[in-house]
Amino acid sequence: MLTDKAGKGVQYDAPRPGQSAHNPLRTGGNLLQLVSPEGERISHPEFDLWIKDIGDEQLGSLLEDMTVIRRIDTEATALQRQGELALWPPLLGQEAAQIGSSRSLRDDDFVFPSYRESGVAYIRGAHVSEIAQVWRGNALYSWDPKRINMATPQIIIGSQSLHATGYAMGVQLDGASTAVLAYFGDGATSEGDVSEAMVFAASYQAPVVFFCQNNHWAISEPVRVQSHVQLADRPTGFGIPSLRVDGNDVLAVMAATRWALDRARSGGGPTFIEAVTYRMGPHTTADDPTRYRDPNELEDWAAKDPILRLRRLLDAKGLLTEDLESRVKAKADAVAAELRTSCVNMPDPQPLDVFNHVYSTPNSWIERQKDQYSRYLNSFNQPVEEGAL
Amino acid sequence: MSKLTFARAINAGLRKSLENDPKVILMGEDIGSLGGVFRVTDGLQKDFGKHRVIDTPLAESGIIGTAVGLAYRGYRPVCEIQFDGFIYPAFDQIVSQVAKMHYRTQGRVKMPITIRVPFGGGIGSPEHHSESPEAYFTHTSGLRVVAVSNPQDAYTMIQQAIASDDPVLYFEPKRRYHDKGDVDESMDLSKAMPLDKAAVVNAGSDVTLVAYGPLVKTAKDAAQAAADEGVSVEVIDLRSLAPVDYPVVEASVRKTGRLVITHEAGQSGGLGAEIAASITERCFNYLESAPVRITGFDVPYPYSKLEMHHLPDLDRILDGVDRTLGRPNSLSGLEG
Repeated sequence: MLTDKAGKGVQYDAPRPGQSAHNPLRTGGNLLQLVSPEGERISHPEFDLWIKDIGDEQLGSLLEDMTVIRRIDTEATALQRQGELALWPPLLGQEAAQIGSSRSLRDDDFVFPSYRESGVAYIRGAHVSEIAQVWRGNALYSWDPKRINMATPQIIIGSQSLHATGYAMGVQLDGASTAVLAYFGDGATSEGDVSEAMVFAASYQAPVVFFCQNNHWAISEPVRVQSHVQLADRPTGFGIPSLRVDGNDVLAVMAATRWALDRARSGGGPTFIEAVTYRMGPHTTADDPTRYRDPNELEDWAAKDPILRLRRLLDAKGLLTEDLESRVKAKADAVAAELRTSCVNMPDPQPLDVFNHVYSTPNSWIERQKDQYSRYLNSFNQPVEEGAL
Repeated sequence: MSKLTFARAINAGLRKSLENDPKVILMGEDIGSLGGVFRVTDGLQKDFGKHRVIDTPLAESGIIGTAVGLAYRGYRPVCEIQFDGFIYPAFDQIVSQVAKMHYRTQGRVKMPITIRVPFGGGIGSPEHHSESPEAYFTHTSGLRVVAVSNPQDAYTMIQQAIASDDPVLYFEPKRRYHDKGDVDESMDLSKAMPLDKAAVVNAGSDVTLVAYGPLVKTAKDAAQAAADEGVSVEVIDLRSLAPVDYPVVEASVRKTGRLVITHEAGQSGGLGAEIAASITERCFNYLESAPVRITGFDVPYPYSKLEMHHLPDLDRILDGVDRTLGRPNSLSGLEG
């Protein structure tokens, strides 16, 4: 068990600076960290409480989850290189941010992701084939948002922050205790929609958590081009409390997200989390980061690798056993094999599928075009009469 | 049957929808205690509460984007865009999100969002208050686009739009807001004309004149004036701009052999071009002359002292009718 060094008298739900816009945790731009890059457990008087149930077994599970999603990422990148996927947006380096946040959610919470949250989708219950399908081009998206309580990926930058806020307004109208979590990157904070989402969320005190993975690069644009201040300083102006958390520290991410989700569920309103992390790979497989990134930067961040950090913590606690290693490896191998098999065996869609689901009710324009294209396709099966024009 | 202004008719339709379905919520700028700048939502917040008639921040993308989330959650948001020219900040949310969500999710997530837009000119407004942006939206698959032309349709079509599981852009001709007309408030919606049907509002045999929204009244006046000169004009109120009810237009053109289309929006890439092309494809052999478009000019909506030149009026429409009939007209002698 982790040592709980919190002072006496601190309640489980004590950290609620969100009752006012002022957040003492932001003073001096603190970065919440519960595990150092060397794998040392750092205690925090308030946030330790949010992860006090994380025992040895849970730490092992977190390692498994992070390793599995890194393996999904590696396998998908390979599938793209082999022409089986048209594109892939790697999540390498962001495993702690994705696992720490998604493992904090309840089943009834709802997630609005960007396009990079494949790890989150896996944790929410999407099948790896459903994750691969979009990048193969066999469907726009294939998982059922209502089955896993997670919207399909969003390509337009920052759009989903408004959807999350609207959904959270609906939760309020329903009187439900669901929390809503919106993922976006550092680049999205430049988009008007993210600012508008914060205006709406603050005005209605909507139960939404804005989870910004600051991975330092929006394709080739560094975060310094996006913001003159720390990203976590922005929400304060909207009246939204924020946290700046080490995004490569799975325990810190988990503590921060649980805290924010609890605030949302208990009527505390919106929260903004800036998870400071690093996208170690390219933006997508179509991108070449060597054209715009200093290799030393990558080296610096590789030393802060989120999986390495958790392994060091486990090692220090004597938990990195052969048993755990083989369990993790077996799971990662199995998921990767499942991804590969389901990807290469995926059936192609049918030509007339292109017309399906544009509307929920028949539309005469589309019906006509579908009928005409169907006749055209069928014409290849008709014998051409001699002399016919 | 009651005599209602256009604005009151929409108000009555909104009220009925709010009463019938607890999932219907209204949202927009100034729609609460003010009742909207055109008073279309007058009294609704008082009667249904701030949670169902929501005054929003002044952020159009925010209004539509949060409506997407509310629809995701099972609500049926009715968004008011205060003026036509203010819809552009919401354009991305409308065309990239509202329109595509059903297709994107393979039908699993519906977007029953109604977007009300007061549109068109003729009220002497400053810039950005008189635009006709409908073609941007008719070009976008996944959206239904309607324009209403009379209080009865305003009353029934707003309820049909809200009841539709597909997103609907509902264009309200703002210069007709104070026109009065008979409204049957007891009308059974299931017996009303479907939302995507065009209506023949004046029967005729010589020329087909297609109009929608604010110009339907002008078109009917033009038909009356033409009748005085012995020309029989059939006027079609499109009602639905996407999809256009082509069978109704087609049947009319097969009968008359001539087609004039009028709208306030500029000509290039406008709905008139689409209708002219589609009707030419569908009934080329029945046409006695090339279809004619009488539209706004391809200019930004002008300052109000000039708007009467920009907007199609009765005489310009009649000039177009003369062109299809080969009668002397303003372009006589010009080739092409």
